[in-house]
Amino acid sequence: MVMQPASTELAARTAAVISELKNLEGPLIPILHGVQEEFGYVPQETLPIIAEALNLSRAEVHGVFTFYHDFRHHPAGRHVLKVCQAEACQSMGSDAIAAQIKQKFGIGFHETSKDGAVTLEPIYCLGLCACAPAAMLDGEVIGRLDADKIDEIAEEIRS
Amino acid sequence: MGLIHEIDFGTPASKSEKQVTLTVDGFEVTVPEGTSIMRASMEAGIAIPKLCATDMVDAFGSCRLCLVEIEGRNGTPSSCTTPVMPGMVVHTQTGRLKDIRKGVMELYISDHPLDCLTCAANGDCELQDMAGAVGLRDVRYGYEGDNHVRAKNDGVENFKWMAKDESNPYFTYDPSKCIVCSRCVRACEEVQGTFALTIEGRGFGSRVSPGAHELFLDSECVSCGACVQACPTATLTEKSVIQIGQPEHSVVTTCAYCGVGCSFKAEMRGDELVRMVPWKDGKANRGHSCVKGRFAYGYATHKERILNPMIRENIADPWREVSWEEALEYTAKEFRRIQYQYGRGAIGGITSSRCTNEETFLVQKLIRQGFGNNNVDTCARVCHSPTGYGLGQTYGTSAGTQDFDSVEDTDVALIIGANPASAHPVFASRLKKRLRAGAKLIVIDPRRTEMVKSAHIEAAHHLALKPGTNVAVVTAIAHVIVTEGLFDEKFIRERCDWSEFEDYASFVSDERHSPEEVEKLSGVPAETIRGAARLYATGGNGAIYYGLGVTEHSQGSTTVIGIANLAMLTGNIGRKGVGVNPLRGQNNVQGACDMGSFPHELPGYRHISGDAVRDIYDSLWGVKLDNEPGLRIPNMLDAAVDGTFKGIYIQGEDILQSDPDTKHVSAGLEAMECVVVQDLFLNETANYAHVFLPGSTFLEKDGTFTNAERRINRVRKVMAPKNGLADWEVTQRLAQAMGLNWNYKHPSEIMDEVAKTTPSFANVSYEFLDKMGSVQWPCNEKAPEGTPIMHIDGFVRGKGKFIRTEYVATDEKTGPRFPLLLTTGRILSQYNVGAQTRRTENVAWHAEDLLEIHPHDAENRGLRDGDWVRLQSRAGETTLRAQITDRVSPGVVYTTFHHPDTQANVITTDFSDWATNCPEYKVTAVQVGASNGPSEWQKEYNEQAQQSRRIAGHLEAAE
Repeated sequence: MVMQPASTELAARTAAVISELKNLEGPLIPILHGVQEEFGYVPQETLPIIAEALNLSRAEVHGVFTFYHDFRHHPAGRHVLKVCQAEACQSMGSDAIAAQIKQKFGIGFHETSKDGAVTLEPIYCLGLCACAPAAMLDGEVIGRLDADKIDEIAEEIRS
Repeated sequence: MGLIHEIDFGTPASKSEKQVTLTVDGFEVTVPEGTSIMRASMEAGIAIPKLCATDMVDAFGSCRLCLVEIEGRNGTPSSCTTPVMPGMVVHTQTGRLKDIRKGVMELYISDHPLDCLTCAANGDCELQDMAGAVGLRDVRYGYEGDNHVRAKNDGVENFKWMAKDESNPYFTYDPSKCIVCSRCVRACEEVQGTFALTIEGRGFGSRVSPGAHELFLDSECVSCGACVQACPTATLTEKSVIQIGQPEHSVVTTCAYCGVGCSFKAEMRGDELVRMVPWKDGKANRGHSCVKGRFAYGYATHKERILNPMIRENIADPWREVSWEEALEYTAKEFRRIQYQYGRGAIGGITSSRCTNEETFLVQKLIRQGFGNNNVDTCARVCHSPTGYGLGQTYGTSAGTQDFDSVEDTDVALIIGANPASAHPVFASRLKKRLRAGAKLIVIDPRRTEMVKSAHIEAAHHLALKPGTNVAVVTAIAHVIVTEGLFDEKFIRERCDWSEFEDYASFVSDERHSPEEVEKLSGVPAETIRGAARLYATGGNGAIYYGLGVTEHSQGSTTVIGIANLAMLTGNIGRKGVGVNPLRGQNNVQGACDMGSFPHELPGYRHISGDAVRDIYDSLWGVKLDNEPGLRIPNMLDAAVDGTFKGIYIQGEDILQSDPDTKHVSAGLEAMECVVVQDLFLNETANYAHVFLPGSTFLEKDGTFTNAERRINRVRKVMAPKNGLADWEVTQRLAQAMGLNWNYKHPSEIMDEVAKTTPSFANVSYEFLDKMGSVQWPCNEKAPEGTPIMHIDGFVRGKGKFIRTEYVATDEKTGPRFPLLLTTGRILSQYNVGAQTRRTENVAWHAEDLLEIHPHDAENRGLRDGDWVRLQSRAGETTLRAQITDRVSPGVVYTTFHHPDTQANVITTDFSDWATNCPEYKVTAVQVGASNGPSEWQKEYNEQAQQSRRIAGHLEAAE
């Protein structure tokens, strides 16, 4: 893949994120989070800018970026629903819950609905095992998922 | 012979002086504290199975194969990451360990192709070795399911599979064979310091990625080869190995590119070179390499290499291939005729910094003994002659004070006018490693080079001075050190002449040398100069490394003196981690200078006017040597234009391309009656030659090269000379044709003569070098095993000498017609005039010379990136493409000089160093403007070159 030069606007917004976080100890991950917050995902073109600013190589930034699934390569839907698929939730039927959700929205994991309303993702443990099966909608955790709760979630997403 | 197998100890050596004793499988072994169990075990002769460990990088502990059991400890720790403890009892082979290892190998092999017979690594594969070592007999998991091996699984696209990346001209990356041990990633980071590789993804999805999932060629990779060397499988493999197969014997020799002088194993199959692998025991490179030494040897078998002697009476004629006898007879007759007709001084010669010490010694001997004059010079004239003068005057000897290992003890490195990342890459890697460990860096350079800022490296101070103001800036640094009382009084009182120091101190203290005044000339902010001076003087061990950005100026010698003064002022001389280190450009430029290549010096830097020194040679050679210094290269050319100098023997140097003011050089050569060029290729100088003697490569002869740290390294013949004769034999045959009674049977006899006649080489012999590996001169009764660090208890000349360094601006000034300053340099993938590297795949990185210009200057002239531009100076003009970058300051432009089509030296002027005539390449006032293509001169030149390269009987010209 050939690196594309970043547009000036994108570069300026990235630089603003960087300058805010650069002085932290170990600033790379906070900056990647900041960029994702700014753009909704981490545009490929921002990686060389981050590398340059932190005096890292492109490879290093790429390595960190691709290690964490939480950093997106593409923009997400308006809502992000993460359904826990870790051991405790699995034992409480998260497989079936996930299947219901997939059917409800017509998408699989790592996909975004055609109307751009929701992106569905698996997650491995929210620390909410006591309330398994669990999920997280736009950063808010939801416990004891069942058909009713799924309907509520769908309503919120479609509203 | 056989292949030289180097033991891989798995983890790097510990430098601790404290010893620890432990027991491994019942054997006691004593190792330095901090050593890993893996290494200690290997010391005891027990090889623990391993995949992710290799002793070029730190332990990582990811492959889980090197597990051991330790009595009194739970579990099975990895032996690579566990340090030894006193009294530890280690078992490397137990039932439990055997099961674990076998299980681990099964997992590896379940996701690995089983094409061992047709695999390029067959015979050199650690994965295969480990499968054998752990007794792997079957893979319970089978080979189906998720994998990285097959492009399709049951006809369905396998997205985990990645195609082979063949973009790098020298090696391939085949992800399907990768076991993700990270050795390549760590080699790139720890050894090379480029950080071009990473592991992308996680878990089963982990893959090695150059850059951000780029092709190797598009990534930050500099093709040093460290990753290929580190790879335990066929994932990263030299293309030459893929084409030829595994080597069967190897010979240790020395690289013929830059002055670092890396040791390599030339790995051969029969007389075919399979690959060059850096040798771990090489004391200059410690097992590392760069793209040139590792891969760029293809020129040795390039189709343009000339293998037969040729002559022509007139340079307008085509060449005529003749026998060696005829070519040498003709040359001898012509030289004697010219001397008879125009006088003894009408001929001379140029020794080569590319050739061996022995060959250089013979050329100067031929001139002094056979020609009967001292008209001998060498290309050091145009690079480091000011070093010879400056360090000779201040310290008493003309050489770097340290070995390269010294950098490991440096706290502050001061780089002046050098870009080691491009020109001395292996040293740069060693320096970068030290910088990452916390040492500080100051860079004085008009350009923002890779050393100023690159991954994990950032100079504390970058003094981006205006070209030509080195002396002012160096003197300003001395001003700060003296006026702020940062000098080392004790050192100066003990080692230097105090009254000379007082004189120098009062000179530099003058207000006109203050950073505030110098800022006006140099453009470097006063605070930056002050900061740099304080850091160098007080930051611990301060080491200065400098290059041609110091010497190639009208005040080159003065800057060298200024640098020597700085080291004396701060007591940074005579121990590890400090010193003054000229980074030598060519493989044997140090050696060429040592061997008496200058018109005023006999071998060992002894002046020709010394009667006692001349007596040594007079009695041995049976002649009366001329006691007057002979002509320097520029003087020879001047004399040629004047009609008093008519013949020249040039071994391995392309003066037409490398020397300043190309038109003057060509006029000089054209005026001569017998120009003899000995080279691998019909170089640019050969366009004006009457005799062409084909040269041999470093692979085809025995000898020695002396690198920038004064290290005499052996060059060993690995194949017969394709042209029939090694260069030393050619010179000997020419000497014989001129009636001299020379009968050297082997280069070792030449070195014996050097040792016999030169005190600083007294103990050097091939036998001794073979025993020691290499040795740094002086090597004599006083220093029987050589001298890694000089001036330890006192300067060679006695007391160190402070000399005033008055700044005198060069006469080359910018003005309305030529408002920009041009400075020149090198790029990593190309070497010098490019005669070798242009004839290798290295052109993939640098196919033409580019003009770097600041965006402001480009905008003023309406230039865009990649535009053809005309570059004009008072001396001439050429055209090339522009590259717009803020690496250069406004008002400064920069180009390389690797390509004859550009001929940057058409532009450079004939100003030169006041003391040594070293040309002022680094400062030329120029104008830059838009252009449509090659200049008239370039077209004419190309036509002339085409014409002059015709060989009778050959359909095509050689190039």
